[in-house]
Amino acid sequence: MSGSGSITTAGGGGGGGGPSLMDSLFQRTLDDLIKGIRIHTPGSAQSTFISKSLDEIRREIKSTDLQTKSIAIQKLTYLHSLHGFDMSWAAFHAVELTSSPSFIHKKSGYLAASLSFRPTTEVLLLLTNQLRKDLSSANQHEVSLALECLSVICNQDFARDLTPDIFTLLGSSKSFIRKKSIACLLMFFGQYPDAVRVCFKRLVENLEAADNGQTLSATVGVFCELASKEPRSYLPLAPEFYRILVDSRNNWVLIKVLKIFGKLAKLEPRLAKKVVEPICDHMKRSEAKSLVFECVRTIVSSFYEYEFAVKLAVAKIREFLLHSDLNLKYLGLQGLLLVAPNHLWAVIENKDVVIKSLSDVDRNIKLEALRLVMSMVCDDNVVEICRVLVGYALKSDPEFCNEILTSMLSTCSKNTYEIVVDFDWYVSLLGEMARIPNCRNGEEIEYQLIDIGMRVKDVRPELVRVGRDLLIDPALLGNPFIHRILSAAAWVSGEYVRFSKNPFEIMEALLQPRTNLLPPSIRAVYIHSAFKVLSFCLHSFLLPNRTANSLSKFVDMEPDFTYSDSEREFSETSGLRPHQEFNPRDESETNADNATNSSSSLKKDAFTRESVVNLLTLVLTSSSPLAGSHDVEIQERGRNLLGLAHLAQQEISCHDDKSKEKMVDRDDLKTSIIIRLIDDALSEDFGPVSSSAQERVSIPDGLLLEENLSKLDVICADVQLPKTKSFSLIRPGFLPTDGDSVSSRQNEESETSAAESTSLLSEHRKRHGLFYLPSDDNKKKASRGFPPANDPNKKGKDVEDLVKLTDESLVLKKKSNAARPRPVVVKLDEGERVPVAVKKTQSNDDLISGAVRDVLLGNESNQSGKQPSSGRRKGKAPSKVDLGSESKNNNMEESFEVGNSSKRRSKHRTHGKDKKHPSPPVNDENGETNKQKSGSRHGRHKARQRAEDGGLNVDVQKPVIPDFLL
Amino acid sequence: MIRAVIVMNDQGKPRLVKFYEHQPVEKQQELIRSIYGVLCSRAENVSNFVQVDSTFGPDTRLVYKTFATLYFIVIFDDSENELAILDLMQVFVETLDKCFSNVCELDIVFNFNKVHTILDEIILGGQAGEEPKFNPWSSKIHIRLAGTIDK
Repeated sequence: MSGSGSITTAGGGGGGGGPSLMDSLFQRTLDDLIKGIRIHTPGSAQSTFISKSLDEIRREIKSTDLQTKSIAIQKLTYLHSLHGFDMSWAAFHAVELTSSPSFIHKKSGYLAASLSFRPTTEVLLLLTNQLRKDLSSANQHEVSLALECLSVICNQDFARDLTPDIFTLLGSSKSFIRKKSIACLLMFFGQYPDAVRVCFKRLVENLEAADNGQTLSATVGVFCELASKEPRSYLPLAPEFYRILVDSRNNWVLIKVLKIFGKLAKLEPRLAKKVVEPICDHMKRSEAKSLVFECVRTIVSSFYEYEFAVKLAVAKIREFLLHSDLNLKYLGLQGLLLVAPNHLWAVIENKDVVIKSLSDVDRNIKLEALRLVMSMVCDDNVVEICRVLVGYALKSDPEFCNEILTSMLSTCSKNTYEIVVDFDWYVSLLGEMARIPNCRNGEEIEYQLIDIGMRVKDVRPELVRVGRDLLIDPALLGNPFIHRILSAAAWVSGEYVRFSKNPFEIMEALLQPRTNLLPPSIRAVYIHSAFKVLSFCLHSFLLPNRTANSLSKFVDMEPDFTYSDSEREFSETSGLRPHQEFNPRDESETNADNATNSSSSLKKDAFTRESVVNLLTLVLTSSSPLAGSHDVEIQERGRNLLGLAHLAQQEISCHDDKSKEKMVDRDDLKTSIIIRLIDDALSEDFGPVSSSAQERVSIPDGLLLEENLSKLDVICADVQLPKTKSFSLIRPGFLPTDGDSVSSRQNEESETSAAESTSLLSEHRKRHGLFYLPSDDNKKKASRGFPPANDPNKKGKDVEDLVKLTDESLVLKKKSNAARPRPVVVKLDEGERVPVAVKKTQSNDDLISGAVRDVLLGNESNQSGKQPSSGRRKGKAPSKVDLGSESKNNNMEESFEVGNSSKRRSKHRTHGKDKKHPSPPVNDENGETNKQKSGSRHGRHKARQRAEDGGLNVDVQKPVIPDFLL
Repeated sequence: MIRAVIVMNDQGKPRLVKFYEHQPVEKQQELIRSIYGVLCSRAENVSNFVQVDSTFGPDTRLVYKTFATLYFIVIFDDSENELAILDLMQVFVETLDKCFSNVCELDIVFNFNKVHTILDEIILGGQAGEEPKFNPWSSKIHIRLAGTIDK
C-alpha cells in the first residue's frame, strides 16, 4: 500500500504534513460528505462542516495513494460544482489522476478537469500528453473520457497539438468513437481553424456514409453549427444535404438539415425551388411535432415566396394554435410572428386565437400574442387597437400591463410617429396611459409628450389640454411613477401656455401644495413653468396688442375656433367671484354651457386687473416658502418667480387709485419693459435637435477633447445630488383617491376625466382655500374630449371589436379621417440616428470558412502562390448574370472575405513550416471529388478569386453548386 | 448548440450543473439563482419555454420540465429545436429512471458521478447525440460500468 509512506506523520492530522494512514483508512467518501452536508442545517453549522471537510480534502489530496486522492478530488469536484467552492488550487492533482492506470481514478480526474478547468488554468498544458495517450488508447472508454473532457476544455494549444489524433479517430472503425470525435471536432475548429484543413474531408465523408445513423447525426450537428456562423462556405455541400433531406428518416438529422437549408437558401435562390417540395412532404407526412415545427419555421422564414408552402405552413400553425398543449400553442404563436412580416393575412386569419391569447394564464403566450397584435397595427386601425389594448392593460397584472404600454409606445413612435395620423388622439392617449394605475412607463411618456410638442405644431393646443388635465389632478402627485409625466405636463403647459384656455387654472395647479411630493428636479420644472405662465399673463394684461397678435396666429392654425358667448362668461367668472362657496349646481350649469360651446378660447379681456392681482397674490403666497428651500434649483427658480411677482404687484397695485381703463401708460411701466424682454426670451420655440448635431460642430482650435479627465471624478464626488425623500411623504389616506378617480370615471359617459379631476381639485380647494384663487370657474370643459380608451361600456366587447376591426383593415378602405390631414411632423434632414459603423474584426469564423472553402474547392495549388491570369474570367460571365442580384448585396462582405482568405492563407503557410502536420492527402482527393461534381468550374472560380485579391469588390466569389441539383 | 444542463430542486438547490461553454463558478451560481427566480414565479400548467436573452445572450432559450421535486433545465441557442430538446430531456429522465429504478431526487443527490456519466453519454460538447427516441449509445452498459466504479 503506497499510502504507508506517511506513517511517520501518524496522528499528525492537524499538521501541514502528508495524510496519515488513519486518514486513508477512515477517509470520508463522497456519500459521507453529502450526508454530512444534509444533516447539518443550512447556515453556520453547514458551512463549518464544509470548511472542515475542505481542510480534510486539502490533506487527503496530497496523498500518494491514488485511491485517497481520487476520493478527495471527487468530493472537491462535488463541492465545486454544486456549492461553488474554488478548486483551482487542485488542478494539478486532477491532472495527476488522469494518468492513473485505474479507470476509476482516471475518470474522477477527467471529471474534475472538465468541470473546473478554465482557459487560464496554468497546468492545462500538462494534460496534453495524457490526452494524446488516452485518445490513442485501445480501451474505447478511455478514449471516450478524453474526448468528453476535451470537448469542454479544448483551447487553441490542445486543438493544435491534438488535431492529428482526432483525425485518426475520425476514421475509427467504432462508430461510438467516431461519433464522439465528430462532436468534439466543433471545438477544434472553433479554437484552431487550421484543423479544418486536416479534418474537414473526413467530416464530409461521414456525411456521405449514410449507412451509419449515429455518426450522421453528429456530423449534421457540426455542420449546422458551422453553417449558422457563416453559411456561404457550405453551399457546395448542398447536394449532400439534399440527399439527406430526401432519404433520411431520422427526425433529429432532418431538423438539423432543415436548419442548414434555412441558412443556405438565403444565399442561393435556386436552391429554394429544389428543396421546398421535400420540406412540404415532411411537413405533411411527419408525426413528430418537432420536425413539423422545424419545417414550418424553415418555410416561413426562408421560403416565404412559395405561396403553396406558406399556406401549408400556416395550416400547420393553426393546428398548433388550437392544440391543448400550451407548448405547441406558444410555438404556434411564434411561428405566426415569423410569418407576419411577409404574410400578414396569416395573422389576420388567426386573429381570434391571438386575441384570446392576450388573456392567457401563461405570460409567454400573452407576450407573443401582444407582439402579434402589434404586428397588425397600421395607421388605419391604430386607434382601435390601442383602445382595446388600454382596456387589457387595465385588467392585467402590473408586469404585463407595462409590457402592453411599452409596446404601444414604441410602435406608435416608430419612425417619428409614422403611423400616427391624428396627433390629438395620440396625445390624449398618452394622457390616458398616465392614469393607468400600474403605469411604469413615465420616462417614455415624458419623452414623447415633449418630443411631440416640439415636432408637431398643430397638436400643441391639445397637448396643453392634456397637460392641464394631468396637472390639475392632485391625486396623480401621489404616484411616484408618473412624476416624470407630470414634469412633461408642467413643461408643456408653461412652454405653450398661449394655447391654454385658462392660464390661471394652470398656475393654481403648478403651485398646489401637494407639489411638495415631487422630487426637487421636477418641482423646479413646475416652478419654472409657473414663471412662464406668470410672464404670459402679465404680458397679456399689460401689453394686450402683442398678445392679440400671438392669439391671431393661433387662430390661423385652428380655423374652426369660434369666439362665442361663453368667453364672455369665462372672462367674467375667472377670478371675479371672490370667496364664493363651491356650488355643485353651479358646476353642472357651467358644464351644460360648456357642452354647447365647447370650443372656447382665451380672450384678451380675460386678463382683468382684478384677476391679475389675484394671480399675483396666489403666486406670492404659495411660492414664498420656496425661497428658503434647501434645493438650489428650487430656491433659485422660486426667487425668480417671487421677484417678478413682487415687481408686478407693486406697480399694478399703485395704479389702484386710477381708473381701470385709463392705464394708457402701461407700456412704460418697468414691469412692461421687463416682461417684454422676458417674453422675447421665452417666445423662441425649441425645436428637435438631431442626435448627430454635435458631431457636425467643428472642434475649435486649442480645445483638447482627449485631455485626461480623471480628476473629474474627485470633483464630482462632492456634488452628489441629494436623495429625495418626498416619496415617503405620501399619506396613505390620499392614495385611494387615485383609485377613486379611476372608478369615478365610469360614472357618466358624457363626463370626461378632465371634469373629474376638476371636481377633485375643487374638493381640495375647499380644504386649502388659502392657496387657491377665489374662483370656481375651472370647469371649462375640454373642447375636444376623446372618449377614454378604457370606456367601461365597451370593455366587454374588446375581443369582438378587435376581430371586427382587423376584418376591416383587410379591406383597403379609405382613411376615415381624411377630412383632417396629418399635421406636419418636423423631421430633421438627415437620419436622426447615425448609423454606427460596424467594425468587423477578423474572427475565427472567417478563418474557418476560409479554410473550408479552400478544402472544398480543392485549391491546394494556391499554397504555391500562383496567380492565374484573369483572362479566364470571361468564361464565368453567364453564371455571373444569373447571380447578379444576389451578389450585389454581398459585394462588401465578399471582398472582405476574399481579403481574409488570402491573409489566412499566408498564415497557414508559415504555420505549415513550423509544425509538421500529417500532410493532408485530403486536398488532393477532395479536389477530385469536387471535380466529379462540378467539372472545372471550381478551377475557374478560383481564378476569379485570385484576381480579385487586389481589393476590388466588383466581382464576387460564388461557391458553385453543381448543376444537377439546380 | 446546447449551452447548459441544470437540474435543481424546487428550493433552488442545484443537483447537477453542466455548462458547455466556460463560465466561472461564481457566474454559474449567479445564473442558477436567476433561473430559479424565473422558474418559481411561473405557475403550473404553463408552457415550458422561457426567453433568457437577457441572461444568456441573444437567441437563447430555456426549456424546463418539472419532475416531482426537480426542475430539469436545458439552455440552448437557435440551432436546436425546442420540441426536440424537450424530447431529449425526456430521454435523459427516462435513462435516469432506468438506471436508478424509479429515480428520485435522492438518487441524483447521491450519485453525482453517475449522473454526470449518463449526461455525457447523451450530450457531448453541447451536441446532443442521437435522435431522442432511440436510446443513445446503448448507455446501459456504461452506466453499469460507472456503477461498479462508485462502489
